[in-house]
Amino acid sequence: MDILLNPQLWAATLAMATPLALPALGGTFSERSGVVNIAMEGIMLIAAFFAVVFSYLTGNAWMGLLGAIIVGIITALIFAWAAVSLTADQIILGMAINIFASGITAYLLNTMYGFTGTPTSTPMLPTVDIPVLDRIPFLGGVLSGHSVIVYLMLILLILADYFLFHTNLGLRIRAVGENPEAAETAGIDVIKLRYLGVGLSGFFSALGGAYLSIAALNSFSPDMTNGRGYIALAAMIFGKWTPFGSFGAALLFGFATALSMQLQNTAFSKNIIMMLPYILTILALVGVGGKSVAPAADGIPYTPKK
Amino acid sequence: MKNAIKELYVPVLSVIIAIIIGSIIMIITGFNPITAYVSLFIGAFGSVNNIANTLANSVPLILTGLGVAISFRAGLFNIGAEGQYWIGAIVGVWIGYHFQGLPWYIHIPFALVAAMIAGGLWAGIIPGFAKAYTGAHEVITTMMMSYIAIYFSHFLLEFGPMMEKGSIPQSPKIQASAVIPFMVKNTQLSYGIFIALIAAAFVYWLMFKTTWGFEMRAVGLNQRASKYAGMNVPFNIVLSLGLSGMFAGLAGAVQMLGVQHRLYDSFTSGYGYTAIVVALLAKNNPIGVIFAAILFAALGTGSQLMQLNAQVPGQLADVITGLIIFFVAADKIIKLFREKFAKSSKEEASV
Repeated sequence: MDILLNPQLWAATLAMATPLALPALGGTFSERSGVVNIAMEGIMLIAAFFAVVFSYLTGNAWMGLLGAIIVGIITALIFAWAAVSLTADQIILGMAINIFASGITAYLLNTMYGFTGTPTSTPMLPTVDIPVLDRIPFLGGVLSGHSVIVYLMLILLILADYFLFHTNLGLRIRAVGENPEAAETAGIDVIKLRYLGVGLSGFFSALGGAYLSIAALNSFSPDMTNGRGYIALAAMIFGKWTPFGSFGAALLFGFATALSMQLQNTAFSKNIIMMLPYILTILALVGVGGKSVAPAADGIPYTPKK
Repeated sequence: MKNAIKELYVPVLSVIIAIIIGSIIMIITGFNPITAYVSLFIGAFGSVNNIANTLANSVPLILTGLGVAISFRAGLFNIGAEGQYWIGAIVGVWIGYHFQGLPWYIHIPFALVAAMIAGGLWAGIIPGFAKAYTGAHEVITTMMMSYIAIYFSHFLLEFGPMMEKGSIPQSPKIQASAVIPFMVKNTQLSYGIFIALIAAAFVYWLMFKTTWGFEMRAVGLNQRASKYAGMNVPFNIVLSLGLSGMFAGLAGAVQMLGVQHRLYDSFTSGYGYTAIVVALLAKNNPIGVIFAAILFAALGTGSQLMQLNAQVPGQLADVITGLIIFFVAADKIIKLFREKFAKSSKEEASV
């Protein structure tokens, strides 16, 4: 039980949850608008790579972050063009982008930096010590001193919830994902809003990717996202397609990872704990403890009537 | 015949466009694409040994690809072939090393059949029933089951019940009676390739010549109509996912018995993901799966020589793979291309 009283465990939970919560928030926008975006895995990876490239080139981690966001959004829009405008199969496209991303980032890593990896002098995004809070025992250790992206994620979480459930545009995005025919009849541009949903998922995924490469570390390695884009999708489903639900699920998944790291050297297998998030996601989908139901038009391409 | 050419149009053009884009990427990054592709081709097909290794690589891809193709035909996205492969590998290896003194003609079929059943149950029970009775999307459930399978194998191998004595996380070696022998010396090609070819013929027969296959395809085309025609839709969903998992499980066992002879601890075999690509490029045709699997196997083996000879990082193969799938999925791009081309040549003709 001592392990649960260790603030490091809870700080690690938050840190591990961040690169899951960000794409999970992004996925919420994409799926609420009716597009299943499994390409988030690849978008994260591409963003993680270019975050390092731009951060090193400009000597400024913030420029790295900006570069990652731009590249991430461009990748998402290419996906949107094929998925929304050309009505191609979203799952297959997502797989294609993920394989492409895995290949192109490893390829560029080798051609640009050789086999030694990215430069060790790559600038990192700063960490933030929260005044007053950092002096409180336990709580300070858990909540203070994280990367700036962690706090940015928390702010974006609140904004995302407000945007999706309390603004007109958010309502329209949800309408497009539930019933695009009706939305179009009401004068809503289905295609444009789906581009917006996917674009936002690109933005959030890029933040998640940049977190891995220039906030948690300051280097890129091949396939460093390690399936987080997929796990984020699971977190979003577990969180019933809502921002706070996604965040809660991401925390739970982050906790499983943090706990398995702490338990590394004890008798109980960390691999069993690592299975838990996946088992929970299946249970949530099957309907144990309140069924998770996807937006009605999720994953179905739409051709405007006009 | 005309139909066959039409069917091939999109996959072949996708491959060509992907290769062209691959060349552009190489030129930008300072490589000579011709040298690179030539060494890729030689690496894949340049000698008997290279051909044998390419074919060896294609075996697990054919088998997992067949599995994915069955589910796609039934309108289901089994993207968890990776996990089903691992389950098959675990069961195959366990039977391979645990039982002693069996003759090979019992030991090998025993391991293969058990692995097939395990893979089939892994895909059929949870994702199958969850889809059939609660509508839980199989993309997510099969993917989650993949992660569970992979962590389960880590659990078994990392100081777990299947770990060989010592400090290396790997299983014991299988008995000699369970080994599928190699066909070409100093290569990885075993007689397992015949299992893959027979499996492809069997899946073709099953899907196109039997009532079961007809029903699965009907459910894939239109669930509602199939239901009104009196077909048992939930049964067909479970059946197709189960069959799909059986072939992925078989792939794992054939790889263990024929090539690796023991289970190593790693995060991914990669076959389960490439299987999706194989099935897509083959348009879910079991015979097409053989050729698509050989193509991607060739990219894999050839890229190693490409890296050695032309210094082009081997990951270019993944770049090309991703592009091929992108264009196969977004086939409207190719159709747009074709229409424009047809239009401009018509205009030229009228001038």
